[in-house]
Amino acid sequence: MSRKKVRVLIAKPGLDGHDRGAKVVARALRDAGMEVIYTGIRQTPPMIVETAVQEDVDVVGLSCLSGAHLELFTDVMEGLHQKGMSGVVVIAGGIIPEEDIPALEKMGIKAVFGPGTPTSEIVESIKKMVAAKG
Amino acid sequence: MPGDKKRRWEKDVLGPSLQRSPERQQFSLTSGMEVQPLYAPDDLAGLDLEESVGYPGEYPFGRGIQPTMYRGRLWTMRQYSGFASAEESNRRYRYLLEQGQTGLSVAFDLPTQLGYDSDSPLARGEVGKVGVPVATLRDMEILFRDIPLDKVSTSMTINSTAPVLLAMYIVLAKRQGVALSKLDGTIQNDVLKEYIARGTYIFPPLPSLRMTTDIFEYCCQNMPRWNTISISGYHIREAGATAVQEIAFTLANGIAYVRAAIERGLDIDDFAGRLSFFFDAHNTLLEEVAKFRAARILWAKIMKERLGAKNPRSWMLRFHTQTAGCALTAQQPYNNIVRVAVQALAAALGGTQSLHTNSYDEAYATPSEEAVTTALRTQQVLAYECGVAETVDPLGGAWMVEKLTRDIMAAAEKYIARIDDMGGALVAIEKGFPQREIQESAFRYQKEVEAGQRVIVGVNKFVTPYARIPRLVRVDAIEAKKQIDRLTGVKRERDSAAFAAALENLKKIAGSRENTMPAFIRCVEAGATVGEICDSLREVFGVQREFLII
Repeated sequence: MSRKKVRVLIAKPGLDGHDRGAKVVARALRDAGMEVIYTGIRQTPPMIVETAVQEDVDVVGLSCLSGAHLELFTDVMEGLHQKGMSGVVVIAGGIIPEEDIPALEKMGIKAVFGPGTPTSEIVESIKKMVAAKG
Repeated sequence: MPGDKKRRWEKDVLGPSLQRSPERQQFSLTSGMEVQPLYAPDDLAGLDLEESVGYPGEYPFGRGIQPTMYRGRLWTMRQYSGFASAEESNRRYRYLLEQGQTGLSVAFDLPTQLGYDSDSPLARGEVGKVGVPVATLRDMEILFRDIPLDKVSTSMTINSTAPVLLAMYIVLAKRQGVALSKLDGTIQNDVLKEYIARGTYIFPPLPSLRMTTDIFEYCCQNMPRWNTISISGYHIREAGATAVQEIAFTLANGIAYVRAAIERGLDIDDFAGRLSFFFDAHNTLLEEVAKFRAARILWAKIMKERLGAKNPRSWMLRFHTQTAGCALTAQQPYNNIVRVAVQALAAALGGTQSLHTNSYDEAYATPSEEAVTTALRTQQVLAYECGVAETVDPLGGAWMVEKLTRDIMAAAEKYIARIDDMGGALVAIEKGFPQREIQESAFRYQKEVEAGQRVIVGVNKFVTPYARIPRLVRVDAIEAKKQIDRLTGVKRERDSAAFAAALENLKKIAGSRENTMPAFIRCVEAGATVGEICDSLREVFGVQREFLII
């Protein structure tokens, strides 16, 4: 029996236009057999939450390189919680100092992939996290 | 075509050696061309170097735009900087000038670049993060406190909101008693590459191009020493483009700007001498050197032969370089100092007019003072210790460099011809052509890295645990609050009638065919904010959505 495809939303919250990483990851996940929705740049947290709900995704990947990650990711996590999407696996990437990672984990972000992470590692990690969720 | 001697060398000498180390078999440039294991005079057969490269300062400027290059004067050392607040950024600028930096380069935060005030809900988390927040003239005054505008040259990385920030700089100069004709600097003002790569566009392309041209025209008449645009390949390359794509898409954009200004009725030789360029310096040293030379030769030919410029100054591609941010690694971060040194060397050997060197901690945060000092010192070591600045174009005539220059020129010309066939850069962008090409290159590069075909030390080879960088810069949330308080103060104190009249006037002019610059200046003088001014323009011009998502 074939399992349902994993659905992933790759999102760019905030004003940051650096989308190389988000696009490369989106494409790698697609090549790995996942259904990927990419939001494009300059999305507000409510827009991202809305898309996550409408597309009924298993995973949300947030990319931010501007340094606004703490504020913006908090807003996304709260929005997802309010919409009853607490079960969705949220991962993040971008220019994120290591010292911020505990705060991001505390708000429920499952993994932070910094610069230089191979896309194969992100693929494997997503598969494991989604499988663990059941 | 290789000659007999080279063929024999490949067969008898290289062949056996490659059998022993097959991993040394094949290498390619970022642009896809295969790198030869040896270059010889035969590789340049049929080329008259004297004619096609000439002397420095002579058309088509392969060897540099100035006759004496760095033997006459070193490149300008210009570190892009700005963060937290106008006060903090002003302190950093004065520090850098004290350390021997020779020009300023202002980084604005994203709300300023996108026409939102610091108190906008859309600015949440972004105020003072990637640059300095400037919402009103008051912020600009603080940013340049104790920096006389007639003594420095200032580059401002600002695009969609370029006319607003230029207007602020103009008003500031007037208040400092500096004549506009004395102002020296550059405004990036290149919105086409924002649609392709960098993402800080606001308005649709046509009104954006119109304002770009307004700046050309205004500066022609009032600010003869000001560079009216910095046509940028940097961000295109950072988004994943190859060296060839970087210069091809940049020059195609350049053609579009020149055409727009000619259509306005400007004489090409009145404005072309103030066009400037901005390129990336990546790791592949000799490909990069060849890229800079190729860009210079191509632009000279485009301006002279295709667009009909008569003044030799109009043919010269003058450019700023920044080392490649995307080549910085978070892993083993001090290796970045070495990468930056090599990239900076490429810029110097390529004949750059000014240079920014990145800091080793930028894969984590905006750079600390310690890191940025090391970056500046890297330029100073190159300029003063290594001898590369003592001879004009030391690589001129090198078989490999000359061959790569021609290969890159040929490949870039093919791209430019494809864009011409589509109807020019604007149409190509609307179709998503450069965006798609760049995405493909970015993905291919990533796959090559993951397959180990491209080695990145500390990332996919020689991997070890590494120490964390101490003292990363953090922008405290209190800075945004102070910024918003100052903004509220300006709004409270301004003459509301004059302010409203200035915005109304801007809308009227924006809807007409008149030059918008005087209207922007009036708005700034009346205390209008960047956000208010852009909101007025959004009413007139509308906003642009992303052309190609994926």
